[in-house]
Amino acid sequence: MPTITQKVICTTCPKGCTLEVTRDGETIISILNGCKRGHEYAKQELTDPRRMVASTVRIRGAVHPLMPVYTSAPFPKPRIPELLKLLRSVELSAPVKMDQPVLENVLGTGINVNASREMDEVNQ
Amino acid sequence: MMHKENYDVVVIGSGPGGLAAAIAAKKNGAEAVLIIDRDIEPGGILLQCIHNGFGMETFKQDLPGPAYAQRFIDEATQVGVDFLLDTMVLEVTRDHHIFATSKQHGFVEINAKTVVLAMGCRERSRAQIRLPGTRPAGVFTAGTAQRWVNVEGFMPGKRFVILGSGDIGMIMARRLTFEGAKVERVLEVMPYLSGLTRNYVQCLMDFDIGLQLKHTVKNIIGKNRVEAIEACAVDDKMQPIAGTEEIIPCDTLLLSVGLIPENELSRQAGVLIDPVTAGPFVDDGFQTNIPGVFSAGNVVHVYDLVDWVTEAGLTAGKSAAQLVRKGVGSDGPTIPVKAADNVRYVVPQTLHPSTLEENDIRLQMRVTRPIEKPVWVEVRSGDKLITRRGEPYARPGEMVTIALKPAQVEEIKAASELRVAIVER
Amino acid sequence: MNSYDVIIIGGGVVGCMTARALSRYNLSILLIEKESDIGMGASSANSAIVHAGHDPVPGTLKAEMNHLANPMWDTLSAELGIPFKRSGAYIVAIEEGCDCLETLQARAKANGVPSEIISADEMKRREPRVNPLTTGALFTPTAGMVDPFAACIAPLENAINNGAQVMTDTAFVDFIKEGSKIIGIKTSRGDFACRWVVNAAGLYSDEVMHKAGVRPEFKITPRKGEYYILDKSEIQMENILFPVPSEVSKGILVLGSTHGNALVGPNSNMVPEKENRAVTADGLAEIWSGSQRLVPSIAPRSIIAVFAGLRATGNAHAKNGDYSHDFVIEIPKEVQGLVNLGGIESPGLTSAPAIAQRVVELLKEAGEKLVEKKDFNPIRPARPRFNHLNHEEQAALVAKDARYGHMICRCEMITEGEIVAEIHAPLPAKTYDAIKRRTWLGTGRCLGAFDMPRVVAILSQELGVSPLEITKKGTGSEFLARLTKDVEA
Repeated sequence: MPTITQKVICTTCPKGCTLEVTRDGETIISILNGCKRGHEYAKQELTDPRRMVASTVRIRGAVHPLMPVYTSAPFPKPRIPELLKLLRSVELSAPVKMDQPVLENVLGTGINVNASREMDEVNQ
Repeated sequence: MMHKENYDVVVIGSGPGGLAAAIAAKKNGAEAVLIIDRDIEPGGILLQCIHNGFGMETFKQDLPGPAYAQRFIDEATQVGVDFLLDTMVLEVTRDHHIFATSKQHGFVEINAKTVVLAMGCRERSRAQIRLPGTRPAGVFTAGTAQRWVNVEGFMPGKRFVILGSGDIGMIMARRLTFEGAKVERVLEVMPYLSGLTRNYVQCLMDFDIGLQLKHTVKNIIGKNRVEAIEACAVDDKMQPIAGTEEIIPCDTLLLSVGLIPENELSRQAGVLIDPVTAGPFVDDGFQTNIPGVFSAGNVVHVYDLVDWVTEAGLTAGKSAAQLVRKGVGSDGPTIPVKAADNVRYVVPQTLHPSTLEENDIRLQMRVTRPIEKPVWVEVRSGDKLITRRGEPYARPGEMVTIALKPAQVEEIKAASELRVAIVER
Repeated sequence: MNSYDVIIIGGGVVGCMTARALSRYNLSILLIEKESDIGMGASSANSAIVHAGHDPVPGTLKAEMNHLANPMWDTLSAELGIPFKRSGAYIVAIEEGCDCLETLQARAKANGVPSEIISADEMKRREPRVNPLTTGALFTPTAGMVDPFAACIAPLENAINNGAQVMTDTAFVDFIKEGSKIIGIKTSRGDFACRWVVNAAGLYSDEVMHKAGVRPEFKITPRKGEYYILDKSEIQMENILFPVPSEVSKGILVLGSTHGNALVGPNSNMVPEKENRAVTADGLAEIWSGSQRLVPSIAPRSIIAVFAGLRATGNAHAKNGDYSHDFVIEIPKEVQGLVNLGGIESPGLTSAPAIAQRVVELLKEAGEKLVEKKDFNPIRPARPRFNHLNHEEQAALVAKDARYGHMICRCEMITEGEIVAEIHAPLPAKTYDAIKRRTWLGTGRCLGAFDMPRVVAILSQELGVSPLEITKKGTGSEFLARLTKDVEA
């Protein structure tokens, strides 16, 4: 397999260095620019990119129609669209506690989706 | 919730600055502490900032806005802070009398020994950037759209162009994409990103949303609803370059073109406003020119990280409690702190050297022009260097801080003023 | 087919004042307006001034109507609750030799308008912000500031209370004639019979009169004027300052307003389209430099809004003289049953009550036996305005109706109670902009960013429709596209 060189903007700190990563398939040959933490980031980003995902789900009987939720850990980037689609089908009922799991081991990733806040039940 | 007529500390605003101030006031000996907020629940704008990225400094955790707020709401409740919600403060007088109005609680009058102003900031509008064109529906600030999408459950459009690369704008680009809308482009009039690089990568690059630097909106098209915007490149003086015009069809234009501290109440009360920060002149305890009136958070100057807002709130709340306890504020003379080389402003604008006998004082500042090389942040008294700190770079979008330490108290006491500069190393 | 004595085409200030003037008499009246609300055409954007009348060419209808109307505004304001302040106005000379002021004064005198030349020092004393290079000014004490939206809404609401009917979203299509006699009109919402039609169609007055076969040579050429609104917390103007006028316009003004925010503008540019209210970069630059000439201390940061209006400039010759942009106020001979008004541009807002009175006189002259209604009530009951009250009065109002305690627009201090009252008023506010025109909500420094979602929610609740149906200014201007979670596949 030929070697390829890719640019990765590091998001580890606000500086935002642009790293140049040369690799042969999965094997990283060299990384230009950036610090040690940045090199770790680049490896992760090129092999298994992940993101914290925050969105909302419907909720019934609460002061608002939506409950904000977030993943318990960085979530595999390629599967984010699947996760979003799943979240659109969820509807909670108030009350909900802060960090209450909304979906557990979501899509078999071992990651949970939790409530970002509490929401009481309201009489309407 | 019931409220009393008299309070030791009344905090106006329940965002991160206000919550921290109330908690700190309570923990530092103020007995009766009240937070007044116009919304039906505490938390301020954090409640609509459902994205992650909050609390890395304070909790060493990557939290969404509501989760960050929830921790402080819970703590405030636990330490016995009173809340008066769904209530708009109409006026704060010089002698700390507060008039407010509410659908639930009626017309309210409260006497406060001290007041902490923590009203936050508002978004710059299309008029403030003199945006030409028609005035159809579909031109919204990013924050208004954020409230609709994240809290009220409505999408304010289907095809978006975003003007301004501030963090809220980029974060909204991702949110809208998550919820099935198309974000056509982000335009930024400056030659550099105004938000964080992390948000550029995770909110725009991840979704192939184009960012055009040195571009702006030349015209808004559409009578009833936005039908398109005309974008164009700008020159070094930010003037449109003829021949670069491009029509981008869209139904919504979101504006993320900056924030302004909200100081209408402060002005009415007689608080002096720094024309550079658009917030009050404050001392190291965040006290304004009016004794017993403090201010904290984005009302003082616009921060880029919530953690610093929390820290400012804690300082202001503690100072207010001290004033209540002792009947006097920070003691002794004050020394002005001035912005020098490549520093646009410094907060606080004055400090009491006596504070340094017990605590650090952190100076917060923004640079005028970006320096993409290592810099020194220097504090001088005349020619004499008091302290300095290295930073790998300095950008207008990122606040810079430097702490004055108890060890420097004697030198600072001897100074007639301190000057802060950010220079190439 | 519903039948009326009089149908008024157009809900601008002229149509609304005319409806009110006619509602005094035993007439059945219908006013139709093509837009979702009244006051959305030429009346939607102007300098909000009751002119003294020094400026029009003597002998023109403009001069005559202005002169007749100016003194009417005190009574109108008192009866209808239209915010009005007789502040006087200054025509400020900067650097010019001062004989231009004498020329202006001579014209003012010819128009019967009181005026006084004041020295540069006196001008600076009365308005310290004025350009220090001023060489003096002409003061016209009878000029004043008026709320231009209330000037439409208040008289029409009073007309409704006195029996007139109003249909919005109703466009004039054509006349129904029997020979040369008008017996009705066709509209986008059906046909209506009537004995008289008043053409108060403003920017479209030419098209309406052409349909009647009147004045085929008459043409409206819209003339755009752009404005800035300045933050009242940055600058508070108590005065009206004009520059020495040019041939085509009164120049770029800096003035206070009845709601507190100062205004800068307008420029004057002919545009081909009758709906072109786009603000242009060039126009903004032009009014900026104009403002700096009168008041050099205005800072860019004090700008909180920009807008543009269109003047309905006509090409009618004055009765005597060669002035060719005069008002048309007539009962034309070519048809029966038409009161024809056209080319009502500045000083149209000022002149509207006199024009309305002239319509009454023309009908009488045409043999219409107008009998005053015994129960005509000239008073429009005032609705509470929270920010006009002191704290004690505010507390009493909130105690009476808790919705007045719910602040919706922080900058302009407009409460839910006021918004709800406008939604259910005799002339209901059904859109965001309609509420804005009636309350000045959303015109402050945040330009509605805070109040917009809240107003949409209130409109939705009070009108009993989904928030998705709430509009800024009528069909096609919906705020919201769909529910967040209703993503199409």
